[in-house]
Formats: sequence, structure tokens, C-alpha cells
Amino acid sequence: MVAATAARRGRPGRLTASTVLIGLTVLTLLVLAPFLVVALNAVKAPAEYAANGPLSLPGELYLRGIVDFWFRVDFGEKLWNSFLISATVAVGAVVISVLNAYAIGIGRMRGRLAFLMFFLLANLLPQEALVYPLYYLSKQVGLYNSRIAVIIIFTAIQAAFGTYLLSSVFRDFPRQLLEAAAMDGAGKWRVLWKVVVPTSWPTLSVLFTFFFIWTWNEFFLPLIFLISNDKQTVPVALGVLQGDRMMDATTTSASALLGIVPAVLFFLIFQRTLTRGVLAGAVK
Amino acid sequence: MVKPLTRPHPGTRVGARKADYGYVAFLLPGIVLFLAVIVVPLLMNIGISFTRWSGVGTPEWIGFDNYDRLLHDTNFWISFRNIGFIILAMAVLPTLLGLFLAAVLFDYVAKRIGPRTASVFRSGLYLPQVLPVAVTGIVWGWILHPSYGALNSILERVGLGALAQNWLGDPAYALLSVMAVMVWFQLGYPVVMFMAGLQRVDPELYEAADLDGAGWFQRFTRIAVHQIKPEIYVVLVTTTIAALKIFGQIFVLTRGGPGNATLVPSYFAYQNFFEKADAGYGSAIATVLTAIIVVLTYLFLRIQTRDERLEGS
Repeated sequence: MVAATAARRGRPGRLTASTVLIGLTVLTLLVLAPFLVVALNAVKAPAEYAANGPLSLPGELYLRGIVDFWFRVDFGEKLWNSFLISATVAVGAVVISVLNAYAIGIGRMRGRLAFLMFFLLANLLPQEALVYPLYYLSKQVGLYNSRIAVIIIFTAIQAAFGTYLLSSVFRDFPRQLLEAAAMDGAGKWRVLWKVVVPTSWPTLSVLFTFFFIWTWNEFFLPLIFLISNDKQTVPVALGVLQGDRMMDATTTSASALLGIVPAVLFFLIFQRTLTRGVLAGAVK
Repeated sequence: MVKPLTRPHPGTRVGARKADYGYVAFLLPGIVLFLAVIVVPLLMNIGISFTRWSGVGTPEWIGFDNYDRLLHDTNFWISFRNIGFIILAMAVLPTLLGLFLAAVLFDYVAKRIGPRTASVFRSGLYLPQVLPVAVTGIVWGWILHPSYGALNSILERVGLGALAQNWLGDPAYALLSVMAVMVWFQLGYPVVMFMAGLQRVDPELYEAADLDGAGWFQRFTRIAVHQIKPEIYVVLVTTTIAALKIFGQIFVLTRGGPGNATLVPSYFAYQNFFEKADAGYGSAIATVLTAIIVVLTYLFLRIQTRDERLEGS
């Protein structure tokens, strides 16, 4: 509201800018506080935690907790499983989403609402409504306890959201571009790959990011489908371990840190893609 | 390379009616995948909900008995009351806060201070979203722990020790604690979506508004919120549905407890599937939850398409 008044006068003023900045900084720090507390205590010796509590700065860098935990759960293997599943799902789901949205959003097929409902359903369903039959069916076709089963299931679920989002984006796709391409004699397939996909690249990279992170973070279905230790993903391994035995505070934060770091790393990598994508989109 | 504009040859001309069918081929992979993963299992689940079945052996057909039992189950109703609060925390509050934050970041911070600063804040707010749910549970379960948790420790440090609580273990605070965690977790999603949406807004609209002497707040309500309506719909739909389906956070943080203070429908279904070996009853719960979600989505989509039609050419 302060900002509004200042802007109306046409003079932003230093005070307003710093008020906004301070407010945002405090809010963001509050949001980030749990990460800081985790990082602080993951590198702290258990004795020190017991003596000084969760907020003290660690007297020395204690990495034994993290290293021990890494080998205890074979964390490298869990990382690879998570990465393999998430990346495959993200690529597959973006491709399926584009194909669906091309037909629904640009093709403006009749019964658009029915089709949207049809695909959206997959993303909406509580996974509990699918888990028993999927469990049964995957056993029938010999895919139970395999990463492939999880990949197929999540590709369908993520593509459903992608179809829903891309369809409304494609609806607003500049018709002149499509018409110009059609005038040049380009078929639907060519129009899709030469006009629609390049133009909507920023949106697609946003979708890819969401799909990757969402799949990486999934817990329920992987917990049920990936029962053997060597196929488990990071969240499943951490969640199972958490339930299995009581851990002390520093081991808990060490395991939490190992769960946080890869997710944050991927996010930072994607963040650059997102910024580039948005800039490219603005030129359009 | 710019090709000369030519009229399409009669042979390659695609009529409007024909075009409608030409696009069907693009839907085929999606439809096949969807049938195998969603439609068939969903129908099977509905079938199971009419049976008594422990998960092994032959299901016994019992008609609507499971649904009748649901209507008289206190826990079922409590789980739906709880989900109302979760929707408030996961959909309503983050959307309102997110709208405001996205507008401040896009329109004020990015333009007056710098786009880099804006994107740093955006990343910071979005960070909780990148965390696996299980890790969120581990982090918050520890922070909120009554004896060695960081929150109570901070309260004592600043002399507010009297406010320390058993945040997740006390029925009076458990749901509120989960709600607070969910606002923290969810806030970044609308901010990112709305900021992406604001990029779409034609700068000329803003310039015109500036010329007309519109202030920041007026431009926010009249232009920004109006222009990113599609994103607002998407965020509201997806977060409400995510709230209805909430499972992982409840599983890791409270397992529905203490008592049934944080019981939600999906966890209730899970309990029946895997702890009580009552697949029929679990399927009935999952089916009811599914029905509610489908109806809600249909209503959302109806409102959205009606709005588009009103605004469209």
C-alpha cells in the first residue's frame, strides 16, 4: 500500500524501495530458515548438539554424520535411481503433453472440454484410487518392483497436467504464425516441430522443470512399487529409514541435508534454463 | 529464410472439417498410455469398492455396504473437516499471498531495483517446493519436536519459553502446525506461476495505464490480476486438488494423529489398504475422494471456459 501511494505520486523514493526490500528479505529468510538450521546441524557433532542445542554455530566441521549416513544407505545408488526415473518421466511427459495439447489447443477439436477432463483426470486422481489395481496389473505383466513401472505411471500422470496447461497456452497461440506456415504448405507435423515447439520453448522448459522435480519428490507410489533396496529413490530410502529406527538429531539433519542438496542443485540448474527461456519468450 | 507467400495447392488444401480429424493422430499415444495407467485401474478400483477383499483370494461382492459404512464412520467425516483446513493452507492462502508477492516482485522489484533481485527472491520462496515430501517431513518433524526441536529451542532462547508446545503431538496444535508447514511448502508455486504469467502481459497495457495516471495498486487489480486469470485458475485448481490428495506430509509428520486430529481421506484410505487389509473399504474411500475431485474440477473448468467465452472474440 505504501508502494502504491509512492508510485501514484510518480516518485518511487528510497524509503519505499528499502521498505519493500526489507519486507521481502525477512519473508524470504523465514522461508529459508529451515534449510539453514538443517545445514547448521548436519555438520555438528552429536555431543555438541546435546550441549548447545540446534542454534549454536558448530565449533568444528563434523562430516562423519553425513559420510556414515551416505554409506549406510548407499546414497549414490539412490541418487542414480531418482535421476533416471525423473529425467525419463520429464522428457516423456513433455512430449506426450505437446502432442495432446497440439490436438486440443491448436486443433481446437470439438468436445475440447471433454478431452481436457479426460486427460486432467489422470493428474487429479488420488493415487490411492489406482494403487491396488496398478499393483495387481504390474505383477501380471512382470513389471512389479521395477523402475519402468514407476516411469510409465508417472509419465501418464505428469502428461495429464501438461496437457491441461499447454492446451490453454496453445489456445492463445498466434494464428498468423500457423496460417503463414500452412500457406507455405507445411503439414501438421512440420507446423508442430518447426513453429509451435520452438515458439513455446519457454513454457516447455518450465513444464520439464516441474515434471522433473515433482517426480523426484514422489513418495507414495515409489514406496509401494520399489520394494527392493537397490531400486529405491532418494525420498523412499530416507522415508523408510526415518520410520525404521529412531535417529538422533544430527543424523536426522544429515539425512535431511542429503535429501535437500540434490533437489536444490537441480533447481539451481533449471533456474538458469528458466531465465533463458523467459528471455527468449519475451523476444517472440 | 522467408519463403514467398503462395496460395496452397488445391490438393493440399485442408478444409476446416477435415482438420478436426487430422489432429486425432496426435492424441493416440496419450490415449493409449492413459487407458493403461488410469482408466482401467480406476474402473477396477470402483469394482473393488463393492467387495469385501483383504487383498488376497477372491473378492466377495457386497454391493453398497462399504459406502453405507462410510456414511456412519466418524473418522470419515473428521477427515473431510480436516481437509477443509488443509485447502485453506495449501490453496487459498498461498494464492492470495502469491498474487501479491508476484506483483510486487514483477512490477516493483524487477523494474525499480533489478530483475536479478526479483529472481533471487522468487528462487528463495520457491525453494521449499523442490524438496521431496519425505524430506520436508524429516526437517519439520525435527524442528517441531517437543524436546530437542529447533522451534521450542528458539522460543526459549528469546524468552518466550512459555509458548513452547508439543506442536505435532498435541491435538490442539497438530492441525495448525501441519497447516503452517503447508503454507511454507506451497507459497513458491503460485509466485513462480504468476510471475511467468505476468511476462505475457502486453507492456503497452501498462504504458496506457500509466498515461491514464493509474497507480501501482490499480494496475495490479485492473491489469495484472485480470490478465493472468488463466494462471490463477490453474494454480487454484491444482493446489486445491493437491490439498484434497495430501498424503506424504501427513504420513511423515503425524500419521493422521494424534488421535484423528490430522486424519485426511487419502491417509484414511491407505490405513484400510495396508494396515487393516480392508481393500474394499479403502477402495470405497478412494472412490468417494475421486468423485469429489472430479466434480470440483468439472466446476472449475466450466467457470474457466465460460469466462474465456465471455472474453473471447
